[in-house]
Amino acid sequence: MKAYQRKLDIRNGCVDLSHGSGGRAMAQLISGLFHEAFGNEWLARGNDQSAFDVGAGRMVMTTDGYVVSPLFFPGGNIGSLAVHGTVNDIAMAGAKPLYLSASFIIEEGFRFADLKTIAESMGEAARSAGVHIITGDTKVVERGKADGLFISTAGVGVVPDGFDLSAENARVGDRVLISGTLGDHGVAIMSKRQNLAFETEIVSDSAALNDLVAKMVVAGGRGIRLMRDPTRGGLAATLNEIALQSDVGFHLQEEAIPVKPGVAAACELLGLDPLHVANEGKLVAIVAPEVAGAVLAAMRGHPLGRDAADIGEAVADDHHFVQMATSFGGGRIVDWLSGEQLPRIC
Amino acid sequence: MKYADEYRDKEIALGLAKTIRAETHLERPYRFMEFCGGHTHAISRYGLEDMLPNNLRMIHGPGCPVCVLPAGRIDMAIRLAERSEIILCVYGDLMRVPGSQGASLLKAKARGADIRMVYSTIDAIRIAEENPEREVVFFAIGFETTTPPTAVMIRLAEKKRLSNFSVFCNHVLTPPAMQNILESPDIRSIGRVEIDGFVGPAHVSTIIGTAPYEFFAEEFGKPVVISGFEPLDMMQAILMLVRQVNENRHEVENQYSRAVTRDGNLRAKEEVSDIFELRDQFEWRGLGQVPYSGLKLKRAYAKYDAEVRFGMNELRVDDNPACECGAILRGVKKPVDCKLFGTVCTPETPMGSCMVSSEGACAAHWTYGRFRDHQQRRAS
Repeated sequence: MKAYQRKLDIRNGCVDLSHGSGGRAMAQLISGLFHEAFGNEWLARGNDQSAFDVGAGRMVMTTDGYVVSPLFFPGGNIGSLAVHGTVNDIAMAGAKPLYLSASFIIEEGFRFADLKTIAESMGEAARSAGVHIITGDTKVVERGKADGLFISTAGVGVVPDGFDLSAENARVGDRVLISGTLGDHGVAIMSKRQNLAFETEIVSDSAALNDLVAKMVVAGGRGIRLMRDPTRGGLAATLNEIALQSDVGFHLQEEAIPVKPGVAAACELLGLDPLHVANEGKLVAIVAPEVAGAVLAAMRGHPLGRDAADIGEAVADDHHFVQMATSFGGGRIVDWLSGEQLPRIC
Repeated sequence: MKYADEYRDKEIALGLAKTIRAETHLERPYRFMEFCGGHTHAISRYGLEDMLPNNLRMIHGPGCPVCVLPAGRIDMAIRLAERSEIILCVYGDLMRVPGSQGASLLKAKARGADIRMVYSTIDAIRIAEENPEREVVFFAIGFETTTPPTAVMIRLAEKKRLSNFSVFCNHVLTPPAMQNILESPDIRSIGRVEIDGFVGPAHVSTIIGTAPYEFFAEEFGKPVVISGFEPLDMMQAILMLVRQVNENRHEVENQYSRAVTRDGNLRAKEEVSDIFELRDQFEWRGLGQVPYSGLKLKRAYAKYDAEVRFGMNELRVDDNPACECGAILRGVKKPVDCKLFGTVCTPETPMGSCMVSSEGACAAHWTYGRFRDHQQRRAS
């Protein structure tokens, strides 16, 4: 810290344009805030990139951008969400996530205190997921040009040889497993949006799923055809995508799909469908019928899969419909969301 | 979920479905129109069609205020929102409704118009208070259910002496539209499907009561059952209609007695009649001009009337001539009979009123029910 003339005033200070200028102020921000929060040997070397060892297997790489509003929500914030989202994208390949990068676009005037909280929760999320944030970037834009803070991440991991999960792998007769209740993240976010604040005890399900996936892989092995985390667009979008890519249809049982009563009530109030609402700590697994029982048991034995359920099966269907037997006794399609989810007027 | 799950009980539903099947006479058709989009949505979302006998058909009427808003009114709102001094406050589901040439409020917002999505009328008042140097216009829309909140908002604006607040009024009335479906001159050109009874709108009736529908029962000899929106409400209402038809009765019955009375909400009706008056004509997307079916602000409240305040000119835009909404809304055709359905007209690119909001007949069929078309094709 001796290289810097004064310490960051975390409590009262805020980001200004000098923190993105490439000069001493930026170095001070990176060192005093991000390195502190992420703390690892790769970052400590202070290079513009990080070199790392990779074990046997194929590399998996992903990238994602986080522009969530509000930045802080029940159960997490944009920082923990960015880590969980990237870890999960890697884990859905059946891979072990290893390293992440994080790029910050910060609006002038953003409070250091908030940035520190966000960085610390990123560090904590990374440590508990067993990954390291080993490189990053910081840009500051003028006031009004970003909604507080945007984070972009990339992640790499390694998938064992011979293991190849992919969206075109679903086969007729496969079971559809879901790791828990749907819609928690979307409802938690909506409950804090400006103009839409409503009281709910629902917190985001944001979580890193790699440990759960590891247990599932042990139980199901190559009987696991594919996995997806149903984020934006919810379960509906995920299954419609898979149906198209695998050239199948799906038949779901509404009664089997877990939804918390508070989420169901909020969706009812706003005229939304929980199957379209975003999740950040759930996964859908399409598995061969002969391993479905074992995989489901493994999921239920993990804290993040306690409410896991077998919700339906893949069927032959040229039209790639995702159909659902409603809990009321009828049938319907579960379609993609059209445009953005917008509350109805009556 | 308390007060919701109770109305979605599968066992009771199956029992009701069995009773409906047992009581319908095989030799005759039963054609019931649910006027309200909320009912259309419930039928589709819960798959009620699968539980009804083949000779009982639900005809999805025009009852969604978003669907029936004509493109010209959207164009008028866009023009208004493009004025730099104006903040236009709208309900979310209006954002995607197409105006002319593919325009929409969502696209106007992207081009820089200050359009804000609100969730209640109070939000619009708050925005007006927070922006005294701007003109805040609330895009008021809806049937009798959402008119009282607009009236209350105008009262509130008056009380707060807000000088920068006004309303673009698009409130419409259900009984004139129902009447139009039964006796419009259009029937001569597009044909008529016999309607054996109506499922009447519940939320509307919480305000206006059941009495306004007695006219249909008496003059047109059509049974009307006011029904709630839960699937069990619908099933029970359908059974009540079947019984009226079987017994050759045509009365207004109230399935939604937990919230609806004969006279409705007197105070709300009073507020509405104090502030609003009938327009001679109002255009409905798919139905055309419907006499005495829309509301405007009375002259005494002209300063809160955006059409007066900003000299807004009425814009008329013709519907796509290939669009069959007029016939679909009257039950003469089904969504799949329209050559635009699922080709150029989808929920992402709606051409006609039935596809505009999720509650429209075509949108509901596309989103929830189109697998049945393929099933039927396969069966035949």
